Amino acid sequence: MDSNIVGVWIAAFLTLGIMSFLYKDNPWYKFSEAIFVGLSAGYWFASLFWQSLHAKFWTNWSPAVQSLFQGQFDYNLLYTGAGILGLMMLLRLVPPIGWISRWPLSVVVGGTAGLYLINYLVSNAIRQIGSTIQPAVTFPESIGWVQSGGVIIGNVLVFAVLLVSLGFILFGRSSTIDLPTPTKLFFFLIALVACGLGTFYSLSMPLNLTGLIIFMGVFCGLIYFFFSKEHTGFFGGAATVGTWFLMVTFGASFGYTVMSRMSLLIGRIDFLLVEWLKVVK
Amino acid sequence: MNFWKALLAIDRRWIFLFVFLALAVPMFLNVDFELSISREVQGLYDALDKLQPNSKVLMSFDYDPPSAPELQPMADAIMKYCLKKRLRIIIMGLWPQGPIQANMALARAFADKNIDQSEYVYGIHYVNLGYQAGNEFVIQRMGSSFYDMFKNDYAGNRYEELPLMRGIKNFNDIDFSINFSAGYPGTVEWVQIAVDRFHVRLGAGNTAVQAPQVYPYYNSGQVVGLAGGMRGAAELEGIFAYNAETDVVYKDRGTKYMLSQTIAHAVVMFFIVVGNIAYFVIGRKDKLKTSK
Repeated sequence: MDSNIVGVWIAAFLTLGIMSFLYKDNPWYKFSEAIFVGLSAGYWFASLFWQSLHAKFWTNWSPAVQSLFQGQFDYNLLYTGAGILGLMMLLRLVPPIGWISRWPLSVVVGGTAGLYLINYLVSNAIRQIGSTIQPAVTFPESIGWVQSGGVIIGNVLVFAVLLVSLGFILFGRSSTIDLPTPTKLFFFLIALVACGLGTFYSLSMPLNLTGLIIFMGVFCGLIYFFFSKEHTGFFGGAATVGTWFLMVTFGASFGYTVMSRMSLLIGRIDFLLVEWLKVVK
Repeated sequence: MNFWKALLAIDRRWIFLFVFLALAVPMFLNVDFELSISREVQGLYDALDKLQPNSKVLMSFDYDPPSAPELQPMADAIMKYCLKKRLRIIIMGLWPQGPIQANMALARAFADKNIDQSEYVYGIHYVNLGYQAGNEFVIQRMGSSFYDMFKNDYAGNRYEELPLMRGIKNFNDIDFSINFSAGYPGTVEWVQIAVDRFHVRLGAGNTAVQAPQVYPYYNSGQVVGLAGGMRGAAELEGIFAYNAETDVVYKDRGTKYMLSQTIAHAVVMFFIVVGNIAYFVIGRKDKLKTSK
């Protein structure tokens, strides 16, 4: 029998075993899970041993030691320090001197923090701040002065409506201006319509409404995480808007995660139907 | 028990069954449908399309089989396109199984009747440098020397024996880079080091889980294009199919899987809406009972 066929049948048996958990916990699932965990652990042990310990450390350090015995100094002898730190890490397995493992750990944490500080500062902070604060209006190169004037007036009007509507949302929550609930709801709906129209408008006109919304989202999101001042009045309203943006972000992220998990299931179903049962080409 | 209460008390295994059927049944269907192309995928296509023949493209396969349903269709489509366009392909991986996934993409590309494998010589037109341990430090070292990180390729050939690699010292000798990423290390590390430190032009294919984390890099111009999740894979297959010049059938598993994905999402949304309606209807009735 073709070894590939045996492999496919074993894979199908284990796939169905894992899926059987959806019905209820059972020995078939436990067996498949144990095989998965054992295989993963074995694979990663072998991979790390050969790809890291052997390929990175041993192949560099051992020739350097041989050179030393021949009276020559090789800079790869510096790997001795890495080896010692690695051994110190293993001392965690010896409880009386387990505290020594904190030293190499501190080297790892310190080195990683130093590297990530620069990487994240440049790529995830400075560059992102730059792309968050953008020009509010961008003109096409071919546009004339008269058209520019019209565009500016149009943009200012849309932006003003947007600001006023948002103001109503924010101040509607304020304790100083106590509007009745139907009025709040009315202005809230107007604000929603204005936001929708403004977004639609920005698709065809040079007003960078997307940029403004992103800026507002970042600003309000930051206010939400500012806990040194009580979230009331304008500050509280802005924090609430920040919460909306956060919820939308979490929702989008969750949606993508669901999509990804579906994709994993599609992969397994494809395997069962195409490679195992061969009922789909 | 009334209808709404029965609906809320439904055994979740029925929902699992519906989702399973929603994913499995479309695989038997042969439905061809067009997807709108997002500007992120368009950006990736444009960047590849502008490359001249013999341009050097670095592909980093940073994923493993669990993420293959999303990323392999992207890799297949881009590999076919690059071979057909006569780009020189340099493959590597920061994940151990990455280079194996790359070989699968190559095999699928060469299985296409419009791509003649005999016209492509390993070491001249494409090369697989294999996996290298070290995560982002590999990218860091490649900024000064590829050779320091890849003294041998995946098959054990020495770096200097590969004609394609002889003229390549570091990122300065690469025209474009693509990263297929399922997590760490992946696109984030490539952006932080290769793009922001060594000014590499980078396109990315990501799993849906990772895509929201990478989208800001597109808006800031740190990646020139981005394909996210199954949808991104289907869009890539679609946009390459529009290119009459290449004469290769790109619509494949990404498009087929997307149909399953779409129907499954509709089923999930249906259950969410119905579940919420039931919840509010029962909630209102309970309130009425309490007030009486």
